[in-house]
Amino acid sequence: MGIIKTNKLKYEYIRRDEDNNVEGITTALDGVSLDIKAGDFIAILGHNGSGKSTLARHINAILFPAEGTVVVDGMDTTDSSKLLDIRRTAGMVFQNPDNQIIGQLVEEDVAFGPENMGVPTEEIWQRVAESLEAVGMTAYREHSPNRLSGGQKQRVSIASVIAMHPKCMIMDEPTAMLDPGGRREVIEAAHKLNKTEGITVVLITHYMDEAAGADKVIVMDKGRIAMEGTPREVFSRVEELKSLRLDVPQSTELAWRLKKRGVDLPDGVLDRRELVEALIRVYKRNK
Amino acid sequence: MAESGFRGLIADHLVYEYNKESSQRLRALDDVSFTIRQGEFVGLIGHTGSGKSTLVQMLNALMKPDSGTVYYDGRDVFEKDYDRKALRGKVGEVFQYPEHQLFADTVFEEVCFGPRNMGMDRKQTELSAYAAIKKVGLPDECFDQSPFDLSGGQRRRVAIASVLAMKPELLILDEPTAGLDPLGRLELLDMITELNRDSAMSVLLVSHSMEDVAAYASRILVLDKGRLIYDDTPAEVFAHYEELQKLGLAAPEMTYVMNGLKAAGMDVDTSALTPDEAEESILRALRLC
Repeated sequence: MGIIKTNKLKYEYIRRDEDNNVEGITTALDGVSLDIKAGDFIAILGHNGSGKSTLARHINAILFPAEGTVVVDGMDTTDSSKLLDIRRTAGMVFQNPDNQIIGQLVEEDVAFGPENMGVPTEEIWQRVAESLEAVGMTAYREHSPNRLSGGQKQRVSIASVIAMHPKCMIMDEPTAMLDPGGRREVIEAAHKLNKTEGITVVLITHYMDEAAGADKVIVMDKGRIAMEGTPREVFSRVEELKSLRLDVPQSTELAWRLKKRGVDLPDGVLDRRELVEALIRVYKRNK
Repeated sequence: MAESGFRGLIADHLVYEYNKESSQRLRALDDVSFTIRQGEFVGLIGHTGSGKSTLVQMLNALMKPDSGTVYYDGRDVFEKDYDRKALRGKVGEVFQYPEHQLFADTVFEEVCFGPRNMGMDRKQTELSAYAAIKKVGLPDECFDQSPFDLSGGQRRRVAIASVLAMKPELLILDEPTAGLDPLGRLELLDMITELNRDSAMSVLLVSHSMEDVAAYASRILVLDKGRLIYDDTPAEVFAHYEELQKLGLAAPEMTYVMNGLKAAGMDVDTSALTPDEAEESILRALRLC
């Protein structure tokens, strides 16, 4: 059984007018069944309002199912006695690093979580050191977070999450506010934690190229899973993705267009390296 | 410095330092000069902390430079008797996540706020608000709705409409597509392009997406550590893709693909910046052999 498992998960919220009368009901999640294996790197794609953030908020028990179940590492999220354990198991990294950082110094910020959990002082400092090392921020340990770049702040947010030793890390558009260098830093840090520490990563993103490096891509639409598969499988379905207000990485798009115009290229080219190699093979063959 | 009859904005040797009194002086802007002519679509890129936000706040006189100045239509905007309130109508600014600042009960009320505040009379205000809401492509049903009942993408359009209602001549947008899905990004940028083309409104697009500035801007400004290091066409700027990468920036995906192909001996155009341009260039190169 996977570390995150949802079974026919349904979530609705009631829309009310100014006088608090019920106007209607929106179904944000409509029967989502998922089984995420421990150690996987999962990317969730979907247009604004497709339900992906609502799904993420169920995994660390910020929201609770109206119907169906969410089980994280064997714990049902509706079991209130397990609430803290669940949030410790599945840590969350949000979009805006400025809303997550609270400490005066980087190390204080990272220490806050384990301190709150009652971890002994000695061990807190050890965890702070390890976590900052894991995201490459050791040199900034005694700096003020205010002086850091967006990518550095977001890496501190990640360190603060992993200092609580979670088994999974849920990242809700962690790079939406970052410059290209910052985006690279954060995505590389997530992959490194996944590979070296075995942390399960669930990455929600609007950047298609960030999903290309995942083990599995899940595409949400209208509160349901619309597509599921390896990045290569999902990004081969270019027209279907476009109909869901999404896109494919630009190199995938270019390969798809060239193929339509008669160039002999494979399906589901994922990045520029694959595209350049495939095109050079065609070029040499023609020569 | 200001030419007579010049229409548009001139940033003239702008310098600004933070922490002036302390030992940790930080030069946020270091002798920055450029022009934005009426009707231009200019992109501004730079990593976090490069001075973009400081610069943008100076362009409509929200911040005063330590030295240097900004001319608008040939007049120094920091002169004592300059009408800076009117300037903020002419140089409209859409901040990051502007939908977080919505407050009115209805979309129409929200969009009326700016022009009314600028001193337009009721009729002008309402006409201007109506036109702005139509321009951003929101349907008529939205007018009386609460902005909070709209989707995230629609809320952002309301926020943009409330700046457009002040009839800006130059629209500055700071990361207008952050958090939008791919089609939402495209729709918003296409809408801004139409406004630029049809009403000759100038646009300054501040963005972290190299693909977006490459596809939409006709000129790109690059800031690094407070200095303006490039001011050129997208093709010229992204020809420096290796230097940009070192600065924490990047080039559009297509730049890397085309340079990779060129390095392997294919005769392709390395200045192709969009999949459209790359597609044609690659097809030509393949047919040649």
